[in-house]
Amino acid sequence: MYSAIVFLPLVGAIIAGFGGRVIGDRGAQIVTCGAMLVSAVLGIVAFWEVALGGKTFTVEVLTWVVSGSFEAHWALRWDTLTAVMVLVVTVVSSMVHVYSVGYMSHDPSIPRFMAYLSIFTFAMLMLVTSDNLVQLFFGWEGVGVASYLLIGFWYHKPSANAAAIKAFIVNRVGDFGFALGIFGCFVLFDSVGFDAIFAAAPDKAGMPFEFLGMQGDALTVVAILLFIGAMGKSAQLGLHTWLPDAMEGPTPVSALIHAATMVTAGVFLVARMSPLFEYAPVALEVVTIVGAATAFFAATVGMCQNDIKRVIAYSTCSQLGYMFFALGVSAYPAAIFHLMTHAFFKALLFLSAGSVIHALSDEQDMRNMGGIWRKIPFTYAMMWIGSLALAGIPLFAGYYSKDMILEAAYGAHSGVGQFAFWMGIAAAAMTAFYSWRLIIMTFHGKPRMSHEVLHHVHESPLVMTIPLGVLAVGAVLSGFVAYETFVGHGMAEFWGASIKILAENNSIEAAHHVPMWVKLAPLVVGLIGIGLAYLLYMFRTELPARLATAFRPVYLFLLNKWYFDELYDWLFVKRSWQAGLAFWQGGDRAIIDGFGPDGVSAVARAVAARAGRLQTGYVYHYAFAMLIGVVALVSWYLAFGA
Amino acid sequence: MMGDAPLLTLVIFLPLVGVLMILATRGDEAQVASNCRWQALLTSGAVFLLSLLIWYRFDPTTADFQFVERYEWIPGSSIAYHVGVDGISMWFVLLSTLLTPICILASWEAIQNRVKEYMIAFLVLETLMVGMFCALDILVFYVFFEGVLIPMFLIIGVWGGKRRVYAAFKFFLYTLLGSVLMLIAILAMYWQAGTTDIPTLMAFRFAAEAQTWLWLAFFASFAVKVPMWPVHTWLPDAHVEAPTAGSVILAGVLLKMGGYGFLRFSIPMFPEASDAFAPLVYTLSVVAVIYTSLVALVQEDMKKLIAYSSVAHMGFVTIGMFTMTTQGVEGSIFQMLSHGIVSGALFLCVGVVYDRMHTREIAAYGGLANNMPRYALVFMVFMMASVGLPSTSGFVGELLILAGAFQVSTWLAALTATGLILGAAYMLYLYRRVIFGVLDKDSLKALLDLSPREIAVFAPLIVLVFWMGIYPSTFIDMMSVSVDNLITNYKVALGHAGTAVAAR
Repeated sequence: MYSAIVFLPLVGAIIAGFGGRVIGDRGAQIVTCGAMLVSAVLGIVAFWEVALGGKTFTVEVLTWVVSGSFEAHWALRWDTLTAVMVLVVTVVSSMVHVYSVGYMSHDPSIPRFMAYLSIFTFAMLMLVTSDNLVQLFFGWEGVGVASYLLIGFWYHKPSANAAAIKAFIVNRVGDFGFALGIFGCFVLFDSVGFDAIFAAAPDKAGMPFEFLGMQGDALTVVAILLFIGAMGKSAQLGLHTWLPDAMEGPTPVSALIHAATMVTAGVFLVARMSPLFEYAPVALEVVTIVGAATAFFAATVGMCQNDIKRVIAYSTCSQLGYMFFALGVSAYPAAIFHLMTHAFFKALLFLSAGSVIHALSDEQDMRNMGGIWRKIPFTYAMMWIGSLALAGIPLFAGYYSKDMILEAAYGAHSGVGQFAFWMGIAAAAMTAFYSWRLIIMTFHGKPRMSHEVLHHVHESPLVMTIPLGVLAVGAVLSGFVAYETFVGHGMAEFWGASIKILAENNSIEAAHHVPMWVKLAPLVVGLIGIGLAYLLYMFRTELPARLATAFRPVYLFLLNKWYFDELYDWLFVKRSWQAGLAFWQGGDRAIIDGFGPDGVSAVARAVAARAGRLQTGYVYHYAFAMLIGVVALVSWYLAFGA
Repeated sequence: MMGDAPLLTLVIFLPLVGVLMILATRGDEAQVASNCRWQALLTSGAVFLLSLLIWYRFDPTTADFQFVERYEWIPGSSIAYHVGVDGISMWFVLLSTLLTPICILASWEAIQNRVKEYMIAFLVLETLMVGMFCALDILVFYVFFEGVLIPMFLIIGVWGGKRRVYAAFKFFLYTLLGSVLMLIAILAMYWQAGTTDIPTLMAFRFAAEAQTWLWLAFFASFAVKVPMWPVHTWLPDAHVEAPTAGSVILAGVLLKMGGYGFLRFSIPMFPEASDAFAPLVYTLSVVAVIYTSLVALVQEDMKKLIAYSSVAHMGFVTIGMFTMTTQGVEGSIFQMLSHGIVSGALFLCVGVVYDRMHTREIAAYGGLANNMPRYALVFMVFMMASVGLPSTSGFVGELLILAGAFQVSTWLAALTATGLILGAAYMLYLYRRVIFGVLDKDSLKALLDLSPREIAVFAPLIVLVFWMGIYPSTFIDMMSVSVDNLITNYKVALGHAGTAVAAR
């Protein structure tokens, strides 16, 4: 059963991908959705047995790379952390599969799409069930490829192709760090298996290690390298530029990959490696700072975007920042808790946005929407539920997990913890603001779209609305239900050995004892954000434009996403190009060939031409040359011979 | 029944039997061409099946040479026809015998003039390649090693593109320069050790001074073959002008001759010099990885792009073997096998569209995913293998090489690993320009998807790419004893050198 959870999606993908022409669109949909739903049901059972029942074990599948002491196997490791991730991945993925049946119904290549989705799910499941770093890397790259294929799914669009390549390459930059981290682990622990690494980590604490000429602490170096990988996959500040562009992909893809599952792989990685990070306090501080900065940065940008999907994308980026600074203050359970609630409400938000886009004949610009809430009431309600959860309004899922994170950051009683707390509070206000800005711009006010489009507006079919309903249940209940088990009194028993927190780092325990104002602050700033959004976009609609003019530099800075893309393009893309051309034309052609083969043959030809000129064909020239030779020989003999 | 048959000799010379059969073919031109194709295919297929027997009967528990045959060649000297394989060379024999029938099948329609001579050239080439990997006498090795140049030179020079003569001569000049130095080194070794027998030479301990010069002479030859930066510029030209199958063999097998040479000669025979020169090799290889990857990024010609990517990938190989760690050496051998298959397949991919459009210009293509979905899938598989995606063969090699490099120096590993990023950049960019986009060029709209013959060419390669990526133990287990032996002897030799210095 435990293998079936992971491999069923693969089987579905293979059947749909290669047999698509035989079984047709409908067949491909049935096969992949069927496989995925079975996998999800089994995933729930596995959650019951492993996470709640406390069973942990490893299923060996096959040997993989074995070279000397370097041993990596294909194996499925089941513990609480894995079971939580499997639950999230299979449930959200199966809902997205079903939703796609409706959303992609007009697309000419349905089997290909369904196969990609299933392949993605398979890779993601391999990632979360891995029992060594190399298989984790397999899943890591596998989801990367699936993401590349799905972003570029509409391959006739140049923007989609560019976004796909960008996603892959920015991720590769992160993977570069990740790979070095794996080798670092191998050199340090002589193993890439989790059990061996975790067992030996305490002994290696404080061990010196030289990396790129710098002296450092071994575990810190390894942990930071692994974190660079996590930054790439989870779109943290610096390596985030691919995520907004990834919205070129079909909306179900954005919901599944770029909101609920793949982008949270980095969070999972750090949580999985908690027995290592716990002994690398400097690395944890780095994680906290990067996470907090991302939460703040992405929220600021999210306030000024006009594309409905990009707003949600920046929101995802920002929420991932929350998860990371939770990890950084050792509140791993809180991070995973938020990962789970976020998966539900963010997938819900994306799929609702997809429902809007579907209703508006593929319009994504919020400036061309408005006034449609009566026409698509169900989608409107779903959007409200998702936003309430995102903004952290009591009783909705985000309230429990986000507040826990902020309290843990405050409770950590450290400098970086305070920094993270205040950044998080600021981001919470902005989150609420942009969420309601989105709702109001999309659904309220006067319709700003053309007549035909308005005429066409329709509620989505059942195959799309049922998954929305299921996710909405998760977005409402998951926080309330899971709170006690995930981060409350049942915490230690629930997580067991899958997450390690040193006694002195237990910020979640401290979070339960923070002052009252800390507990209330996120809610208060959230309500202020919502109020502001109403004021600016509902009641005083002329204000946003005036603000944008008054603070034009700030507005442009935010609208252009802090100019990261321009900077990277100038710094890396242009430079690589110039270097490539210079090496090719200057290095290879001018220098190496010029002084090498071409130069040599040119010289040889010149010498031969001179030599050839001597052969004039006139007998008296030759006779003269012979005479000179004889004279020279004789005189040499007379002078030195005797 | 076959127990004591001279298996290696059969594998080496069976292709020549095919040559004789082809020479005997008579009739009108079309008939001859068709017969020659079939004869060549059947012969090389038989050779491949026969070579599988080597694999089947190979004993992976010993590092000794197996299937050894030895006959006196020049009486009075120790020079002998001496062949045998160990866990390292066996794989290269199989790689050669696998790629040859694939090449012949790939040339089925592309080659229309002088078919007979073309097929003869390929079969002779096969004999020479296999012979080279089996040779256990350094002079026999030299004969095969240099002999390979001749059919390759002809294949480029006769069946190549517009600038084929320039390319063929450049190829010949570069490789010849190295060969001369190697011949001198071989003579010097004969004078010192009194033998040309490779196993004996491996046990012989050359003086440290002599090792330096001998190492450099061999290096000159092998570095050109690999090719290492900066003696790589023959490769793009040779690839661009060679016919598709020529490129496949060139990238698939000929480049491996350099890497194999390092493992068979430089490292075991001159361990102290190898240790001393390892930083040089690292430097040149890292430059190759970064420099040629950047050059690949700006190429406009598909074959040139893949040729430059070959240089970068071979940079990984040379780094891995000179780390002299188990992971590094096994990784580099594995990477050579993987690269042989993947880059060969990528050239075949270019060949598919070249046969239809007769241009290698990237800008002439675009949107092929629309009318050639099967081709798009096949190309995707090999592109991902080239990029080193886990579960493909490319990943295992790169992973092990980097794991080996990291043990030697973190700088080395970090700089080499930049190849992972750059490699992804140029391959994805190529794929995007050829396969994705709108199909708006009229000339492309009529292109047909892969034919059954082309699928037959690609199918075994796809299977191998995934086999090597998902269950590499099949391959690594066979080589590990030989590699361990290589490393142990190397360490022992260095240890002796160390104590000798200390005693002084």
